[in-house]
Order: sequence, then structure tokens, then C-alpha cells
Amino acid sequence: MSDVTASTDTKVNWMRIDIKTAGPAIALILLCIIGFLLNPAFLSEGNLTNLLTRSAFIGIIAVGATFVITAGGIDLSVGSMAAAIAGVMIIIMNSAMETLGPGLATVLLGCGCSILLGLGAGWINGMLTTKGKIEAFIVTLGTMGIYRSLVTYFADGGTLSLEFAIRGVYRPVYYGSVLGLPTPVWVFIVVAICGWLLMNRTAFGRYCTAIGSNESVAKYSAIKVDRIKTMTYVIQGLCVSLATIIYVPRLGSASSSTGVLWELEAIAAVIIGGTVLKGGYGRIGGTILGALILTTIGNILNFTDLISNYLNGTMQGLIIIIAVWLQRGDWGKAKANKS
Amino acid sequence: MFDEAPAVTSVLTADHISKSFGSVPVLFSVSMEIHPGEVHALIGENGAGKSTLMKILSGFHAPTSGRILYDGAEVTLPPDGAAETLGIVLIHQELNLAEQMTVEENIFLGRELTSRGMLQSEKMRTLVSGYLRDIGVDISPSARISDLSIAEKQMVEVAKAISRNARVLIMDEPTAVLTEAETELFFRQVERLKAKGVAIVFVSHKLSEVKQIADRVTVLRDGQWIGSQEAETLTPDAMAQMMVGRELSDLYPPMHEADVDAVRVLEVHDLCATDVHNVSFDLRRGEILGFSGLIGAGRTAVFEAICGLAPIVSGQILVDGVETRFENVASARNAGVAYLTKDRKAKGLLLDKKMRPNLTLFSLPKFVRRFGLDVAAEDKALERAIRRFDIRTRDANINVGEMSGGNQQKLLLAKVMESDPRIVIIDEPTRGIDVGTKQQIYHFIAALAAEGVSVVIISSEMPEVIGISHRVVVMREGQVMGVLTGDDINENEIVRYAAGLKRESKG
Repeated sequence: MSDVTASTDTKVNWMRIDIKTAGPAIALILLCIIGFLLNPAFLSEGNLTNLLTRSAFIGIIAVGATFVITAGGIDLSVGSMAAAIAGVMIIIMNSAMETLGPGLATVLLGCGCSILLGLGAGWINGMLTTKGKIEAFIVTLGTMGIYRSLVTYFADGGTLSLEFAIRGVYRPVYYGSVLGLPTPVWVFIVVAICGWLLMNRTAFGRYCTAIGSNESVAKYSAIKVDRIKTMTYVIQGLCVSLATIIYVPRLGSASSSTGVLWELEAIAAVIIGGTVLKGGYGRIGGTILGALILTTIGNILNFTDLISNYLNGTMQGLIIIIAVWLQRGDWGKAKANKS
Repeated sequence: MFDEAPAVTSVLTADHISKSFGSVPVLFSVSMEIHPGEVHALIGENGAGKSTLMKILSGFHAPTSGRILYDGAEVTLPPDGAAETLGIVLIHQELNLAEQMTVEENIFLGRELTSRGMLQSEKMRTLVSGYLRDIGVDISPSARISDLSIAEKQMVEVAKAISRNARVLIMDEPTAVLTEAETELFFRQVERLKAKGVAIVFVSHKLSEVKQIADRVTVLRDGQWIGSQEAETLTPDAMAQMMVGRELSDLYPPMHEADVDAVRVLEVHDLCATDVHNVSFDLRRGEILGFSGLIGAGRTAVFEAICGLAPIVSGQILVDGVETRFENVASARNAGVAYLTKDRKAKGLLLDKKMRPNLTLFSLPKFVRRFGLDVAAEDKALERAIRRFDIRTRDANINVGEMSGGNQQKLLLAKVMESDPRIVIIDEPTRGIDVGTKQQIYHFIAALAAEGVSVVIISSEMPEVIGISHRVVVMREGQVMGVLTGDDINENEIVRYAAGLKRESKG
């Protein structure tokens, strides 16, 4: 008897998941159709690779944000963190050029530092929220200000520029491509797959969900809550550093306006993708779609004169609100059926 | 005129109410008459449909078929608690108060008295003082809800109901979390309300209480109406029999003799922690050790400290003769020590998740294969647990929060047992669950002990501690007052130790 129920359950389960996953995917397909109708060049190979490359930054950061948010936290510092890391990377590479020369070693040193800085910055956010028992919103609001002012200070209010000789070596990381796909897209794909596996196939992912769902239950269930929560911020830091590594060669510079509002775009991507803001339910696949949707909106506006490009933020804002509203409707229905 | 008037004796009547959720029927043609000025107990096993019936009577659910009569006239009750304006108030088990606001603000929440847009604080305070005096409780109207005890919060809910001129007050297990003294106080208030002509419907699993306070009793079983009778004509045993539909002679399993020579698996010497003062005791292999005492006596605190959930100030803990200090729950679990919380909703289960992730959460490392989770093994574990613990749900895919209390408790037990502990501490094993499930849980605990697992039972229900323990430790104000064995394990002795009338001299 239990066998019979079990098999029907999995069927129901699949259908439910389908409805939930389908939302962001349908939205993205609709956007693509609209884009194509407005201008057939939207679906040209050049535009699509451009679109994917542009989504990579926000997408990679948003994968990290999915873990933080699923475990019931929030990280507002990612945009400033990216700017600060970019600034320090550029300073380190410029000064290392004198001893190491403008070669691969310099670039690798820069990337290595970027990763260490990202892990460290994430760890600080994590420790302050868990051991320091300060709310994540406050901690990351604080570090957001700190990192932002640090990059302004390093750049002395202006712009930090990477030496031209190094740019030549570093350039392929953004502009190069492997097997027809730009490098940033590959990084995005790898981060997305790793993130998905981590969230859906490991104990760590299950622990994040449990903590976001009910921290007390997690604590009583032998979960090292502080450690797992700190880990989510460390993962977020790692994702920021990876995004920065592929971002720096794009312009070869960093200033106080680098990465402004990335934190909000990342959080928006996560929420559009169906992750619940108060934690307990996270979807990496949805986050990827969310990042693609956000970039696609901007891209379509570029392609058409119908709506001014300056209204990009308006369109993104509308999409976020509509996405969450649709999710709400879905949750409400599920609830009504239950009780 | 005169002939018709007496015909309306009941204030609220459920007439052949049926209710289905989707295709699942929950109530089958249930009728219940509630008279003014009576205390009407609604009893039944978990999942019998009591909650559903209460929600229908207070308008939170609409019946699928059948009629609701209010003062003899057929009505459709307004949804979402709006029936309060008609004088029908449901007090949920999870009290519905704004924790950070004061008593007075809570009582007038949503219908504050104002004059020209400004709050009339003075007037509201006077009124609230009046209500509180009416039910005879000593709470300041300006006290913050978060500072009150659970019993006091409940009183505030009752005062709130009175302030709404409630004619029918429906309460879901009002005494489940009250101590005996608080329950007595609560019953006195119920009597006062009754004298004022308020009809009181309450659900309880404590049948002796039902016998004590109720005028009439309605019994439900599996969604069917079994009977409504005068409470005087029923004994608690007869009520249990009506609920379960069979004789319950063997509520407690036969106890196998404790082996006094068995090795001591847990020894605690002079443990000090928050609310715990110099506690010492030992636990043998295959023994069931009861922990009795009043609520707040520090029993939970002892085991939370031992299991790494709360800091230890001083003392010695020996597991299998080796001195140990568990830094966190994970290290306790790895050593085979598991603690099962009494607060299954807030600390035990993820209510918005399904059964599988809940079952394996405590022992998740066991299900990791090459860095990934073995979902197939988890599914098998769930199938096993459902069979072993007889977990019954109408749909195995529902969220745990929608399961009945008894099934949640069984799942929690399954979750902890999934880690194969050698020492298991069960805090309030049967809180808020029905007689039939209680019996299953007692038998399960006895079987565990027979297999050689050592079990600690922390319980505020004395018959339970007496019925299943080999030895009983009685605590009061964070201290061990005495350890009872054999024939000394009886209510009289336990109460005397728990109340501080008697204390074992320290040897």
C-alpha cells in the first residue's frame, strides 16, 4: 500500500515542480519572442553571446546570493565588494609588473589575490552575523559602505587603471572565447552547475534550506548553524571574486562607480527565480533564469525605439514586482488547498 | 409564542455537518448542540476531525454540507474570524497575540477606541482592568505580552474574547501547556464565564480534566459523531473507549525488569548550568529513567546542557565511563546521544517541508555518498519509518505542518531514531496527542529499552512517568530532590518531592 502511494506521490511532485520552475522560464521565452518580433536581429548569434556575457557578472554573483538568501541571510555588500576587489587587484598587478613583468604570472597573482579577498570578505560578513550576532542586513550594509569608500580611497577619488601591457595578456579572459562561447559564459556555466549540485545534491544545500526554514529546528537537528551560515557568505565572496576576475579585463579599470547596484540586481535575479526572500527555499536554476531575464530586458530596450533606454530600471522594477506577485498568487493557492 | 420559545435551547448548533478537503472527507454528518452556560468538551483521537469541526463552528472553514444554526436560525458564518462580531470566538492553540505590544493594546487591537482620531488610552485601560478583574487574574494592562507566562497569555486571550461579548468561546487544547496550578486557575475562570451564560467548547486530551470541568462531552472518531453525553455519566476510561473504539487496558506496556547490574552508560556529577544546580544522576543500559517535576523545574535545561545545546558552567559528564563534554548537538549525536525536543513545532520539525527532508535531517551525514546525498536511501528510510512508527497521512506528499500532532510526534521520534542512538532523551513524549498514539509511543519506548537503548523520559504527566519508568528522578528549582525506585514510584511521593516537602539527603 505504501508503495502505491509513494509512486503516485512522485508523480504529483513532478507536476508541482514543473509549475513552479516553469514561471521564470516562460517569462524568459516570452521576452525572447517579444525581442525577436521587435527586431529579428535580437536572435542573431552575436547578440545572444553578448547577452550571455553580460548576464555572467550578475548571474555568478546571484548564484552565491541564492545560498545566502536560502539560509535566511542577505548580503548587500556584493557590489562594493566587487569594486574593492577590482581596485586591489589592479594595484597589485600594476606593482607586480615591475618585478614579474607583464606576463601570465602577474595576472595569476592578481586572480589569486582576488579569490583570497573574496573569501576573506565573505568570511568577515559571515562571522559578524553569526558569532557577532548582528543582523545580516546591518552587517552587510556596514561593509557595503566600507568597501565602497575603500575603492574611492585607493583610486584617490578617480579611476584605477590597469597597465596597458598587462591588459594585453589579461584581455582574453573577457573577450576571448572557447569552442565558440565567450570565456565569461563558460565561467557562468561552471559556477551555475557547481551551485546547482551544491544546493540540490549535497548535505550542505539541505542544511541551508533547513536553517532558512527554521533555525531552531536546524540547531536541534545537529546542524552547525553558525558554520553553515558563514559558509554561505564565503561562497558569496568567492562568487563575487570570480565575477570580478572576468569583469576587470572588460574595462581595465576600477572606480567608485564600479559595481554600483549589483547587490540589488543579484537579489532581484534570485527573487525572480523563485527563491523565497525570507529563506528556506532556494532555486539555483531559477536564479540563472532571473539573471538572464534582467539582462534581456536591457538588451531588448537597446534594440528598439519603442521605450527609451533610460527606462531600463523601470522595466526591471516592473518585472521584479510582477514576478513576486505571481509567486505570491501561487503560494496563496497552495495554502488555500491545504487548510 | 410561549410554546415555541423554549424550543431554542442551544445557542450554536451543528446540524449534520460534512466536510471534505479536495476529495478527502474529514467529517461525516456530525451534529453538535452547544447550550448557553455549559462547558462542552470535544474529544477524539488526533485526526478525528475536532479541529475541523471547531473551525467550521467559528467560520474559519465552510462546511461542505449541513447547516449551522445560531440562536435557532440558519446562518452562514463569515470567514477569517469575522464571526467574532457575532459573539463566536475561537482561541487557537498557538495564541494569537502581538508579542511586542501590551495587554491593553492587544485586547483592543483592530477596534481601538478613538476620539477625533486620537486613542482614548485612559478609557481603554479602565475597560481592560475591568475585564481582567472579571475573570479574576492579576495582570497589569500595560504589561508587555512577551513578559507574560503562557498561562497569562491565555488569560489575555480570554479577556479579549470577553471584551468582544463572546457568547460562544471555542478553545483548542487550552490546558496543554499549563501546569496543574495554572490549570486550576484557568478552570476557575471558566466557571465564572459559565456563570455569566457563556457557552464554552474546549478540546482536550486530558480526560481527567474533561471529567472535572465539562458538563457535556461530544466524542468524534475518524470524522464520525460517536456520541454526546452528560459528563457525569462517563468515566475517563469510558471516554477513552469511545474515542478509540476498543478497550485500552494495556495503555502502558508490561515492564521488563531493570537489570541493576547493567553498565552505567551516562553519569552526571554536580552539573551546573543555567537553571541547573548541582545535578547528579546516572543512567544504565536498557533503562527507562523518568524525570518528573513541575514545569520550569530545570529538567529540559539539564539535558540541553548535556547535549551541547546550552553552555555548562561546571560539573562532570561521563559517557560509557569516559569524561565527555559535547560542544554541539552533532558531537552528541556522533557519540550516540540524541535529544528529542518537547517543542516539535518550533524546534523539532520543519513544518513547511515534506516528511523526507525532516526524517533525515538529524542524521544527514549517514546519507552522504561521495559528497552527494543518496536520495534513494532517504526514500527507503522514509518507507521504513512510516512502517515502523505507523505514520498515517492522507497524502505522503503534504507538508509536515499539515499532519496531525500524533503523526508529527511519530515523525519526530523516527527522525531522532534514524541516528541509531544508544541514549535517547525524550522530552514530553506525548504532549498534545491522543490516547491511541500515546499507547503506540509507550510500547515503542519499552521495546527500545528491551533492545538495550537507554531512555530518559521527561514528562509533566505523572501517570506516564509512573507507567513506564524503571526509576524516577524528581527535580525542583534546578535541583534533584530525589530518585524513586520500585513501589516508591507513585503520585504521592513524586508530588511531595516536586513540591519541596521532601528531599533525599545527599549521600
